[in-house]
Amino acid sequence: MPPFDPEAPYRLSPRVGLRPEPFGALAYHYDTRRLVFLKSPDLVDLVRALEQHASAGAAIDAVVAPAAARRPAYVTALASLCESGVVEPLEPAA
Amino acid sequence: MSTTPKTPPLVEQLKGGLDAPICLTWELTYACNLACVHCLSSSGRRDPDELSTAEAKDLVDQLAALQVFYVNIGGGEPMLRKDFFDIVEHSVTNGVGVKFSTNGTYLDRAAAERLVELPYLDVQISLDGMTPEVNDAVRGEGSHAKAVAAMGHLRDVGFEDFKISIVCTRHNVDQLDEFKALADDHGAQLRITRLRPSGRGVDSYHDLRLTNPQQRQVFHWILDHPDVLTGDSFFHLNALTTEIGGPNLPGLNMCGAGRVVCLIDPVGDVYACPFVIHDEFLAGNVRDEGGFARVWRGSALFTELREPTSAGACASCGSYDACQGGCMATKFFTGLPLDGPDPDCIHGHADDALAGVAAGSVPRPSQDHSRPGAVVPVSLTRKR
Repeated sequence: MPPFDPEAPYRLSPRVGLRPEPFGALAYHYDTRRLVFLKSPDLVDLVRALEQHASAGAAIDAVVAPAAARRPAYVTALASLCESGVVEPLEPAA
Repeated sequence: MSTTPKTPPLVEQLKGGLDAPICLTWELTYACNLACVHCLSSSGRRDPDELSTAEAKDLVDQLAALQVFYVNIGGGEPMLRKDFFDIVEHSVTNGVGVKFSTNGTYLDRAAAERLVELPYLDVQISLDGMTPEVNDAVRGEGSHAKAVAAMGHLRDVGFEDFKISIVCTRHNVDQLDEFKALADDHGAQLRITRLRPSGRGVDSYHDLRLTNPQQRQVFHWILDHPDVLTGDSFFHLNALTTEIGGPNLPGLNMCGAGRVVCLIDPVGDVYACPFVIHDEFLAGNVRDEGGFARVWRGSALFTELREPTSAGACASCGSYDACQGGCMATKFFTGLPLDGPDPDCIHGHADDALAGVAAGSVPRPSQDHSRPGAVVPVSLTRKR
């Protein structure tokens, strides 16, 4: 899988279940059987909204972090979620 | 400037409990064809009050609504239930993945062919020795051959990554490399877990538990084999990190009882964890009004277990942050206070207290479904 690119569009994997929790959410990948913790409610909102935006970066700006200083943390979090398969590149419609 | 909201560490949040368990064990039946000396549920005979097929499926529906992503099904021997496949298929088709533990007796070629077709299903074969001599002393005569035959069937039908699950004892701990090779040979994954004095284990624990040097051996072996699963059951060994430096064992290093873990037994009773089948840790029953969710979210016991805990007698020990005082169930069934060291404390801090526990004062499991006369004694020489 190519490295996470904030300029590309992403989505929450359809193979992943998200369960809201007080700290954020639990994500379970049904294929890899991996559990991943989303450690803030903001991150959960962001992951759910990814698909609606032209790029991951645009989603971050729109949903959680218009302030430039907060952006890198969310880019890092999304890159990690991409690595574990919780989010995945949104393929352009054929 | 902080880049993310200031929140307590995840482990601290998990101690406060979750909306639904992460790891839920569901024992389908107390019936078992074997009579392992360390059986955590003292299984053998079916209980006449076990959940019906309809009740079991309703429970699956409750778990699906709570977004419990998977259940660990056990027993007893779960495949002894005539509706075993019915329940499992209902579960995996409703978004609740299944990992089930079996001794392998009933996992023949036909069963393997059926299992390999199911999505979201994982199988775990129990084995406690590489040789019949070591295994059968704990699990009963012929059990080694049955388990190995089941593994062969799974491999033959192409069931990838099934689990071979070992309870570490002083008799099999030197076979870990061989267990690993066995798993590799079957395209399986090895899982090793800690022995607890639960169920019939209350009587066999002292003969089977690891010696202190063996505990160190296991700790290093786990660190050397990151692809081996442990059920996060050896967290008490993290006390060693303060001695040798280096990382904690991978996984969730805390007692999850009633916080992220629980047990549903065959009659629907909900206990704080699979290793504390005792009235003191009984939170409710899934047949009660409000079902499982109400027990999980509202029971007085689970509320109490989610309160901050005191380090008690461990407060002055520099390892407490790493080991968290160890396993609640192990302390309880060895007669030790819950807010003190684990009997397998790597520093030996429980040795005096353990020696002082009066014979006959140790709690007994609240139920016993053992078949009379079926349990074989541990006949291996006790190693010191």
